[in-house]
Amino acid sequence: MSGHEDDTDNSPRLVSVRTMEVVVAMVLMALAGVVIADSLRLGVRWRPIEGPAAGYFPFYIGLILAVSSAVTLIRALADKPIPGQTFVTKQAFGRVLAVLIPLVVYIIVLSVVGIYVASAVYIALFMWYFGKYPLTKGVPIGVGISLVLFLMFEVWFLVPLPKGPLEEILGY
Amino acid sequence: MGGFAVVLSPFNLMLMIVGILLGVIIGVLPGLGGANGVAILLPLTFSMSPTSAIIMLSCIYWGALFGGAITSILFNIPGEPWSVATTFDGHPMARQGKADEALTGAFTSSFVGALVAVIVITFLAPLVAKFALKFGPAEFFAVQFLTFASFVGMGRGSAFKTLASMSLGFALASVGLDTVTGQLRMTFGTTELLTGFKFLTAVIGLFGIGEILASMEAGLAFAGTHARLRLNAVLETWKKLPAYWMTSVRSCIIGCWMGITPGGATPASFMSYGIAKRFSKNGNKFGTGQLEGVVAPETAAHAAGTSALLPMITLGIPGSPTAAVLLGGLLIWGLQPGPLLFVEQKDFVWGLIASMYLGNIAGLIIVLTCVPLFAAILRVPFSIIAPMIMVICAVGAYTINNAMFDVWMMGLFGVIGYVFNKLKYPLPPLVLALVLGDMAESSFRQAMLLSQGSLSIFWSNGLVGTIFGLGVILLFWPVISWAVAGMRQAKAA
Repeated sequence: MSGHEDDTDNSPRLVSVRTMEVVVAMVLMALAGVVIADSLRLGVRWRPIEGPAAGYFPFYIGLILAVSSAVTLIRALADKPIPGQTFVTKQAFGRVLAVLIPLVVYIIVLSVVGIYVASAVYIALFMWYFGKYPLTKGVPIGVGISLVLFLMFEVWFLVPLPKGPLEEILGY
Repeated sequence: MGGFAVVLSPFNLMLMIVGILLGVIIGVLPGLGGANGVAILLPLTFSMSPTSAIIMLSCIYWGALFGGAITSILFNIPGEPWSVATTFDGHPMARQGKADEALTGAFTSSFVGALVAVIVITFLAPLVAKFALKFGPAEFFAVQFLTFASFVGMGRGSAFKTLASMSLGFALASVGLDTVTGQLRMTFGTTELLTGFKFLTAVIGLFGIGEILASMEAGLAFAGTHARLRLNAVLETWKKLPAYWMTSVRSCIIGCWMGITPGGATPASFMSYGIAKRFSKNGNKFGTGQLEGVVAPETAAHAAGTSALLPMITLGIPGSPTAAVLLGGLLIWGLQPGPLLFVEQKDFVWGLIASMYLGNIAGLIIVLTCVPLFAAILRVPFSIIAPMIMVICAVGAYTINNAMFDVWMMGLFGVIGYVFNKLKYPLPPLVLALVLGDMAESSFRQAMLLSQGSLSIFWSNGLVGTIFGLGVILLFWPVISWAVAGMRQAKAA
């Protein structure tokens, strides 16, 4: 992934590695807390006949998760912040969001109009936005891919995928 | 060798070739790896017989192993984690205009590595299976413990991060219905969580979506060298290869050992590259485009990738993430991996082993002839490839359970994969724990029931004690090596 540092260097830093380490370690510790709490509800001790109760194993897993995240957290906090240890710059984060938000929208749209229509639109718009391709190129490719998927899954392998109004009109 | 007859039926032969082509494409595409490639295509095989399905899936696996080298050499983009070491010398060779030589070297040595591993499997599998029949719950847990311990001990980077990633996998695996008591665990009243987290969703999200997010962040653009494979370049390279026989032998041993003990292909390739660099006469030139530097990691990666299937078939313990996905497939087809598979499903096992031989030979021929075609795929701009990969991932996630919930989870796992990768939390332990978590837990609980709650069952006989002891040593390996290094330093001073 080298050769792209020039543009990331110019962009201001958004989050440092250290901050991110701390946040992730804390999230993991919170998760560990949830696991431990639910294991305690289920019981973490020996039960006659049953053996170890349902919460026994997850309880210790939660404990390991909590302890190892705590070590990572302490290490991250003890580290002196080094300049240049950037987790993500503003520009790079923008690029990630530019993929992530359309992905979320794609999944929402997918559940309404079905995967085939959503995919065709998604591919065409992605090409148009990131690749600067005219829609006259993007639309045929998107529709083509959807058509191939449709033939493969619905017709050939008989695996049903989410479908919407369009497929209903076509009789599927 | 009834196995060859099973494989040589026209239908299975066709599946083999289709599988290899699909696998190579998966290996070439960044964002689609062997593990999630197999995961995505797994549902397609549900309607086939288990034997045909495993032949196709394992051929996808061989294809992906071959394909990973192509992008590493041509574009310095490892399509697979185990081809990272291949980029060290492979890409410099490509820049010097010796791409064809590097590709031929990579393909040939991966073929050699895989072939040696298959031979090892053929002769050792029944032995290991017989041996494994002695295994009770305690022994199974000990082996599973060894697997996880070796990830902690041999992983690079922070052992605590490996532990955290692994426990997260275990925690996710325990969500849903408890198989022993029938109680609901960590579902918090939601029906979606009832079935728990599927490892397929996690793999597609963590590797597929995570990779795309990382690539987009770096503003990745493909600018590749034109690859043309001339026949005489293949022959020329083949003349040079025998000179590196020592490297090959060493790499095969490392690969097989790392594949059977679940070290996996990625550490095997790195270890082999490092050792070749230390022992080679041209060691100091490594990194500038030495053919030997391509031979070493590729041989080891394939030997490991192939022999990783041995513990999977005989013990039900996958030696690599892709083997873990294949294992999931076996379970879905109602086949219980383990020693009894050899007794009850002879056709299946020998069919699989025969497909390893033929699949690799077919694979070598296909990849050597198709290299210009593969390069053409990568000339398709990233802004066209990326949305297609996203769509394929969404399809893969949805088809697991026919549930939108899994598609959402895939997105979430994508973000987790992206963040974990940047913070150097290793992902394979998470996937491994997610797959093996239930099994490890139930064998632990069965062992506990047998011993009435005494942990001493784990050193009650030589076999379980040895495995468990090895596991403990591996688990604390970072601490031990740190202590030894400290003592040496103290002596020197």
